[in-house]
Amino acid sequence: MSIILDKVNYVYGEGTAYQTQALSDINLELKDGQFIGIIGHTGSGKSTLIQHLNGLIKATSGAIYFNGQDIYDEDFDLRELRNRVGLVFQYPEHQLFETTIFDDVCFGPKNQGLSKGEAGLRAFEALRSVGMPESLYYQSPFDLSGGQKRRTAIAGVLAMKPEVLILDEPTAGLDPAGRDEILDLIAAMHKERGMTVILVSHSMEDVAKYVERIIVMNQGRVMYDDAPKEVFRHYKELESVGLAAPQVTYLMHELKERGLNVNTEATTVLEAYESLLGVLRKGRA
Amino acid sequence: MLRDITLGQYYPADSVIHKLDPRVKLSAAMIYIISLFCCKGIAAFFAATVFLITVIKLSKVPFQFMVKGLKAIVVLMLLTAVFNLFLTPGKPLVSFLIFTITEEGLKNAVFMAVRLTYLILGTSVMTLTTTPNGLTDGLEKSLSPLNKIGVPVHVIAMIMSIALRFIPILIEETDKIMKAQMARGADFETGNLIRKVKNMIPLLVPLFVSAFRRADELAMAMEARCYNGGEGRTKMKPLRYQAKDRIAYLILFGYFAAVIVCRIFLPWPA
Repeated sequence: MSIILDKVNYVYGEGTAYQTQALSDINLELKDGQFIGIIGHTGSGKSTLIQHLNGLIKATSGAIYFNGQDIYDEDFDLRELRNRVGLVFQYPEHQLFETTIFDDVCFGPKNQGLSKGEAGLRAFEALRSVGMPESLYYQSPFDLSGGQKRRTAIAGVLAMKPEVLILDEPTAGLDPAGRDEILDLIAAMHKERGMTVILVSHSMEDVAKYVERIIVMNQGRVMYDDAPKEVFRHYKELESVGLAAPQVTYLMHELKERGLNVNTEATTVLEAYESLLGVLRKGRA
Repeated sequence: MLRDITLGQYYPADSVIHKLDPRVKLSAAMIYIISLFCCKGIAAFFAATVFLITVIKLSKVPFQFMVKGLKAIVVLMLLTAVFNLFLTPGKPLVSFLIFTITEEGLKNAVFMAVRLTYLILGTSVMTLTTTPNGLTDGLEKSLSPLNKIGVPVHVIAMIMSIALRFIPILIEETDKIMKAQMARGADFETGNLIRKVKNMIPLLVPLFVSAFRRADELAMAMEARCYNGGEGRTKMKPLRYQAKDRIAYLILFGYFAAVIVCRIFLPWPA
């Protein structure tokens, strides 16, 4: 079970003065249960790419298979696909519209055809899992703080119980505490429910800490598609396209250059810490 | 889906028409419209056609772009043509059942259709070759004498340019919210009218909220930069007529004179 993209091309504004090739020849296989990070510069096509995955944008050419079925087939049910592939847009709090938080989270499950009771149950579960205090459930979503709004919006997608969860820059505009909370929450979901998670971000630190596979996009093409360690080995090439490796990677390279035999493949602070500790202990012994 | 709206669309290109002063283009559009309704006879229409084709060629805007604007008025054009065709009294040509086509009717229908087409094409050339900001600048400057009789010209121009500026932003926003709600299983296409209207709520509420938020933010940003109306405000690029603008005016008046002359001396078929 997976999502397969076969030579997907997408052209924006075809036949106008503003025609641009947003995606060119994308071939990817997104396996079940993976935690994938998509990184890329602004305008590299990452947002366009993820909107293909639940059929919101139709590719100009190429095919997409969800669990072996071509999603552009005449008799393929796109709504069913959207039930199973949940997409949280950038600034998802802008889509809130109901009079209470609870009703807003119920919107997705109700569209899935669930009864009122069942939808409510899903909403409770989703709101609890994103850590919203119960006292807020019946307040207007417009009275919440930015971080709470965002969590409500994420709950709105989680309540649909998707098998694949895609998040487009879920931490944009949040403070560091709010950012860690959201990311830890997503990581926990991935572990507990075993769902596929695709995280779009341009923060290397976020991506390196959580994901097991990184897809680097540049000018509508896949530049790298590998484990974080392998991708960050190319930190110089990443820089040339306006990206960067996590800061610890730079630190480790610098230390190595100055004669300290550390592991330059460390991508998280914890790994760097362990490697440094090991080297320093050896040095003392 | 919503990106197809062409209202006030600008087509960037490097042409003589693009570089003209927006005031020239505004007056040209106005004079052209007036000339279309002064037209009488084949000769005058020929002049109007030649003028239009030359301007379109000079503007370097692909012709299919202009035609896009015509699609919107096809229904109106058909209606006008049909009414003119059947309801003009005069010498009957063909008649069946209760309908009679007269010579005058046929002529009126053809001329009306041509007039409407040229009118849309002519104004399209103006909007396609002038940036919205250029247009409002030109309008503000042309109307500035009205300031003396208490018309807030600057305020009107500012409102217009902000409104124009926000059209694409709001279209994009609509597109985004629509997609976000579709990702949550919303359905904007099927169902009867009442169902459809009800289904619009998840789109309209966030759209209004965001429009107000943007308006607030913009007002704040303008105030933070000490905006307090048009009094004593200068332009970074003030509009000044240049040689090519004067030549354009001359050509424009030449064309208008030609149409009038044709109307008076060659009004065939009247």
